[in-house]
Amino acid sequence: MRLLLVLLSLGCLISSGAVAQGHWPTPPAAPEPPPQVSGPLSGGTADHTKFEILQQPFASGPEVTKACLSCHTETGGHFMKNIHWTWEYRNPATGQLLGKKHLVNNFCTNSRGNEGMCAQCHAGYSWQDEDFDFTNETNIDCLVCHETTGTYYKTPNSEGSQACSVMFEDQPDMDLTVIAQSIGLPERANCGACHFQGGGGDNVKHGDLSSALENPPRDVDVHMAADGLNFACTACHVTKAHIWAGSRYKVDAKDLEGIGKPGQRRDVATCESCHGLAPHKVDSLASFKRNDHIASLACQTCHIPEFARGGVATMTDWDWRTAGKTRDGEGYHEHGYIQGNGEHRYTYKSIKGDFTYAENVVPLYRWFDGQMDYTTIDTKFDVNQQPIAINDFSGARDDPQSRIWPFKEMTTWMPADIGYGTLVYNHLWGEDDISYWGNYDMGRSIAYAMKKFGLDYSGQFGFVETVSYWPITHMVSPKEDALTCEACHARGGRMETVQGIYLPGRDHSKWLDLIGIIAVLGSLVAILGHALLRIISSFRGQQ
Amino acid sequence: MAIRRVKIFSLFERFWHWSQMLLIMALMFSGFGLHGFHHLIDFEQAVTLHTYAALSLLLLWAFSIFWLFTTRTWRHFIPTAKGMWQVLHFYVIGIFKGEHHPYRKAYWRKHNPLQALTYLMLKIVLFPLIWISGLIYLFYFLWRDAAHATDWLQGAALIHTGAAFAILVFVLIHVYMLTIGGSFREHLMPMITGFDDVDLTPEEEAYLLEGEPEVLG
Repeated sequence: MRLLLVLLSLGCLISSGAVAQGHWPTPPAAPEPPPQVSGPLSGGTADHTKFEILQQPFASGPEVTKACLSCHTETGGHFMKNIHWTWEYRNPATGQLLGKKHLVNNFCTNSRGNEGMCAQCHAGYSWQDEDFDFTNETNIDCLVCHETTGTYYKTPNSEGSQACSVMFEDQPDMDLTVIAQSIGLPERANCGACHFQGGGGDNVKHGDLSSALENPPRDVDVHMAADGLNFACTACHVTKAHIWAGSRYKVDAKDLEGIGKPGQRRDVATCESCHGLAPHKVDSLASFKRNDHIASLACQTCHIPEFARGGVATMTDWDWRTAGKTRDGEGYHEHGYIQGNGEHRYTYKSIKGDFTYAENVVPLYRWFDGQMDYTTIDTKFDVNQQPIAINDFSGARDDPQSRIWPFKEMTTWMPADIGYGTLVYNHLWGEDDISYWGNYDMGRSIAYAMKKFGLDYSGQFGFVETVSYWPITHMVSPKEDALTCEACHARGGRMETVQGIYLPGRDHSKWLDLIGIIAVLGSLVAILGHALLRIISSFRGQQ
Repeated sequence: MAIRRVKIFSLFERFWHWSQMLLIMALMFSGFGLHGFHHLIDFEQAVTLHTYAALSLLLLWAFSIFWLFTTRTWRHFIPTAKGMWQVLHFYVIGIFKGEHHPYRKAYWRKHNPLQALTYLMLKIVLFPLIWISGLIYLFYFLWRDAAHATDWLQGAALIHTGAAFAILVFVLIHVYMLTIGGSFREHLMPMITGFDDVDLTPEEEAYLLEGEPEVLG
């Protein structure tokens, strides 16, 4: 028996040695990327490859949509209410009619009239002009959000000028059957196909939404980190009947409800809706103070110390005044910026003008109550009061709904009606000889678009300096990278220009400090004088 | 009247004085750091040190007030004009003529009139200014939604800072005074050993000999 044990243990030793040498079992080959976390929805109740209706060749997107709607019978009705479909939002507080369908931004300006190009990012098919049928549910594009092969793409809904359409030639063929069978919950790349590319390129618009978030490391986004929490966008932007929580048109600047009870709170994408109203574990005085700060500071203010991280730059300034230069009658572009990930960015395009980029940008900090007030196509402004705020916002220390938020500030010289003091619609995209992109005559293209939409136009176009503000809320850093106290509690710190607060470390009364220093130095001088007199008089006493 | 070595500072008083000294040093160091005058410790450490030191000092003061009233030693701080002129005259003129300090410690008057008045003002004016404004400051999170909270906070901060400057001036003069009317060491030792030369009336001497002989050195 004893011998057997010895032999057994020897055998174990030998075999364990063999394991150590042979690296057995071998680690698996590169694993499939783990599924992204989509909040409460975990999917997995249906395998779309098994549906017979998807096992057929599809000639077009709408045919796939018909197949989808044959099972998801109510989804069309739900979907057609959301902003991805309507591109329209009536702000209940200001009454302003917003949405891409109407607004003018200070990037490519207006999508109205340019849907042939811009509505590539409409979650539907073939919106080219005013005749698009918003009641036809087979025009919904299910695939752009739900396909997971990464091979699905869209091209402009109309051809546009020859100068532009060449960009979209020679695209690879798509296998819509394979794509349709890949249906799953939206991943970051699905949302990113449009939201990372807003403004005409990667991270151009938002600053905190870029292709760096498709597969981010932990330091770029602690929630979306592919090797960490791996959140899909919908983990926070929770969905109910295809309506998403979280909107830039109506920002929840100060969430006072926090975590809801089970089954509640499908209306917000706030940090507090997961982290609660006292998010820092109170294990020190400093954590206690941090929890106090949430009354005044958005979580994002400390936890997104910089935006446009991860090697993808954002645009900070655009100058339309230089657009329209041609070489031999042809438009051209210039590279001039190499961003962190090594990619080149255009710094000039004939169709758009000059661009300025920035990375790892320190935000602008301002009190914000969540309410944006837009300069729409109907807004009259004083051309002498530049810059014109494309979206201004309110917020103040005394307003209980306000907190200090981080913003990206975008400045643009853009065309406007100088005579009447309004923004203008520009006819950028079209097959005709008026569209700016291809013909480069802004006077004509603006006059055309203004007339087409029946807008008052003085006929006098010029350029105004504009600014737009983009609340920063993505690219949340790991906690070890959050701002420390002295980032703000210091002279010349990040809160230098924030008003309405007394900020220890930043604020002081220069008179009180002067009097105090004089009093302290005066006392020292008096002490030294008194001591000196005592020494002198004691010598005299000895004499 | 006889000059005797008498224990005039009890163990508690000495503990009070020196822990108060350390806490005030910590408060000044961290406080002027928070104010931006130096960056020797970071803001988070400074806030932590300042808050804990302040709460400790308030606790110490609570004990000391209790002690002052239960031992009736608060009477040392009753202001008096008697002898004030002589003390002032000595500091301004007499000292340069080689005169001796006019004040002799008495058993129920261990501070000279100027000293007693200074300490009284410290206790009832400067210290309350700094701790009341400090508590208002510290508990800002409870009243931040009150009307004009920022203005009130700024007011509290100004009072707090002003009082801090005044206390620093006190500390400088207080330390310098140890060199007057005797050596620095002679003035310092009573606060360490508790014993100093005191002018006792025959009645006091007799009483102490009889009732509290350990008080006489």
